[in-house]
Amino acid sequence: MVDLMLLVLSYISAVVFLTGILWRAVKISRLPMHLRWELYPVAHDKDRASYGGSYLEEPDWWTKPRKSSLAGELKVMIPEIFLLAGVWEHNRKHWFRSFPFHFGLYLLAGLVILLLAGGIATATGITVSKVSGPMGKTLYHLTYAVGYAGLGLGLLGTAALLARRVFDQDYNEYTKKADYFNLAFFLVTFAAALVAHAVADADFAVLRDYFSRLVTFGLSSANAEPTSLTVLSAVEIVLASLLLAYIPLTHMSHFFTKWFMYHDIRWSDEPNLLGGKIEQQVTDVLQYPVSWSASHIRGDGKKTWVDVAISSVEENEEQ
Amino acid sequence: MKKRIKVEDISKPSPKLAELRKEDFKPLPPPFEKLESTPDFAPLSEKSREKYESSLDDTIAVSIPKPENKQEEDELVAKFLSGLQKLFSKEDNWTFLQPLLLSMDHCATCHTCSDACHIYEASGKNPIYRPAYRSEVFRRLYKKYVKSKGGLLQSWRDGEIELNWTTVARLAELSYRCNLCRRCAQTCPIGVDNGLIAREIRKLFSQEMGIAAKELHENGSVLQLKVGSSTGMNKAVVKDNVEFIDEDVSEMTGMTIETPWDKAGADILLIHNAGEIMAWPMNPGAFAVIFESAGLSWTMSSEIAGYDGINYGLWYDDAQFARVAIKHAEAARKLGVKKIILGECGHAHKALTVIADRVLTGDLNIPRESSMVTLEDLIFSGRIKVDPERNDFPVTLHDPCNLVRLMGVVEPQRRILRHIAPKFREMEPHGVHNYCCGGGSGFAIMSGHNFSDWRNQISGRKKLEQILNAFKDELDPSIKKFVCTPCSNCKGQLRDLFTYYDLWEKHSILYDGLVELIVNCMTDVKPGFIEWEMH
Repeated sequence: MVDLMLLVLSYISAVVFLTGILWRAVKISRLPMHLRWELYPVAHDKDRASYGGSYLEEPDWWTKPRKSSLAGELKVMIPEIFLLAGVWEHNRKHWFRSFPFHFGLYLLAGLVILLLAGGIATATGITVSKVSGPMGKTLYHLTYAVGYAGLGLGLLGTAALLARRVFDQDYNEYTKKADYFNLAFFLVTFAAALVAHAVADADFAVLRDYFSRLVTFGLSSANAEPTSLTVLSAVEIVLASLLLAYIPLTHMSHFFTKWFMYHDIRWSDEPNLLGGKIEQQVTDVLQYPVSWSASHIRGDGKKTWVDVAISSVEENEEQ
Repeated sequence: MKKRIKVEDISKPSPKLAELRKEDFKPLPPPFEKLESTPDFAPLSEKSREKYESSLDDTIAVSIPKPENKQEEDELVAKFLSGLQKLFSKEDNWTFLQPLLLSMDHCATCHTCSDACHIYEASGKNPIYRPAYRSEVFRRLYKKYVKSKGGLLQSWRDGEIELNWTTVARLAELSYRCNLCRRCAQTCPIGVDNGLIAREIRKLFSQEMGIAAKELHENGSVLQLKVGSSTGMNKAVVKDNVEFIDEDVSEMTGMTIETPWDKAGADILLIHNAGEIMAWPMNPGAFAVIFESAGLSWTMSSEIAGYDGINYGLWYDDAQFARVAIKHAEAARKLGVKKIILGECGHAHKALTVIADRVLTGDLNIPRESSMVTLEDLIFSGRIKVDPERNDFPVTLHDPCNLVRLMGVVEPQRRILRHIAPKFREMEPHGVHNYCCGGGSGFAIMSGHNFSDWRNQISGRKKLEQILNAFKDELDPSIKKFVCTPCSNCKGQLRDLFTYYDLWEKHSILYDGLVELIVNCMTDVKPGFIEWEMH
């Protein structure tokens, strides 16, 4: 019964996590077009990103093709995402706290993938252990290494971040109670998981077995008899499931909203060319009604942005 | 020990939230390393303190009259709340809703932005100038009154904040303690933009409450839309002034210069910041010399706003921004030009080229090009002949934020300088990582009360440090030095900064535009175009 409840909790958490991300992503992408607000360097500018230049450096730029480079974006995004390159460059002290936390999370995401792979493997009859075939052996060792490294780094980073928020006044003054809760949530989850693996599941076999049941909806297990989870492993699963569901509901969702920050704003340099898609979008948003009340606008909820833009200050003030 | 100031302290009434003390400011390099070698920060007058809201720090930018009574205060707070709601509606703020929401919702308060801010650094890390301080106050208000509308977990999740007139009045002033240079945004690992938040706060005050810096609104965009220019010059006056400039320039260069006006069918409409015509007339004069020498088909326009490229709405108001941008485009459309070239004005560049790009449609969407690009093309195509030896003095380059970090026009002006100025050296850092001159976002034209002291002591301090460092081995006054500053507002700030610290008299450091340097070394004109005197 407990096993079933854990499975249900994990499914719900996964659904909340994915739905939360999807819901927020759709909501952000449905926002109206905004004015251009790029910030250089724009990484996809093929010839000029290295020094922060733009296609606007070209005489008669509107007559020439713009050269965009996906490789240029990746060159910036990969170190930024995986190594926190910006924090390393601009806030070194913080990097030593933030990097272990974030990299620990990436490793734990990797652990989930490895456990899913291991779960599928065991469900299909492939043994995953240190003495099994090449695939099983590789999965076993990778899971072991990635799991402990992720949990260790995550715990270390979380503790360091929490300590800074508690003891450094500059940080303390900006830290909300929810921020402490968030970090404590991570800390407890990582610590509980490490204890669970140290005491009851040293080679992640119990967790892999749990994932095997997860991917087969509770029907399959590496063992003929489903493994009974220890209390420690059950606690680990409960905490991890709750944390997973919680993340997209908080500002920690920046792990995916950052994509919009960069691609829709910072690097969004596409010009509005005559007859193009952007021109149509501009025409549409200019028809939105305005209700700003200052005397030089006097929006009444009926006037549109076009009406405001082509009217004079005086004629509004005289109304 | 410096006073700690918490985010929620902004709501607590007191005569002054933060104090500005010269001894706290970041030390300057030689020869200004000693406190007594720099002027004192002028205190606010008692009269100003009595009349205007001044409880933020030791200066005033916006001059908000103090409400007469509690009822007036409550009405203003209610208006603020109404504006706050509108700022987060797609109809009223489609212009910046997505960037604003993302910046509101995802700050991790990691303070990576702090060290990027020249104002925070120069002030000696005054807590209220931390880029995140203003944003955090506003974020808490947004979360309390727009996003969650209270609730049991609200302050637990989002932090404490109280909305009262003290908060509102201080927030209005605080939005004018940021140059909107967006250097902080460049360093944010998540992409949060504190500069945008400051700009949007200004907008709320302007568009809902009619509160804005007088220099930007009443004497700025309103005047420009009414008479044609924020300088107050109407069509007749500007033409007269340019005629005088043409005469002077003709005499100085030995060429016959006549600026074309309202020439229908010309290829190019050149739009200057009209402040150049008034304060730095040799700049539009130099443009005329270069364009005429190169045989370009060009004209200026005497239409309303057609001869003044400024667009102060960029810094505080979307409606005023759109009105001015449309006037600029209409002037070009009427003449049937092929393109608009922006003179040496950073914010005019960004306003008309980048920001107005999603305002102008159809026949108003006339291509815009930076004069930096045009000038580079003219020089390297050989249409302008130069003798770099005529510029044989130390030169450094100030990067206007709007032109460089916010528009990506970085190299054309550098390639020109490397070609025409043998003693050119960069400031550090430079290019897209430059520091603002301290006059950005309209500050260069704001000098009410003691605000110019704030500009010269705090917002301009980092630029002063950079300039002194660029010339550190040549500070001897017998060596004339040149800070190339291709932006009218930046020049306004440097003029004040240089005067305040007496840089010309004591160290022979002068500033001016790029075109003056170009004409100074053109072989077709008489030598000695640059006037080595403070102006």
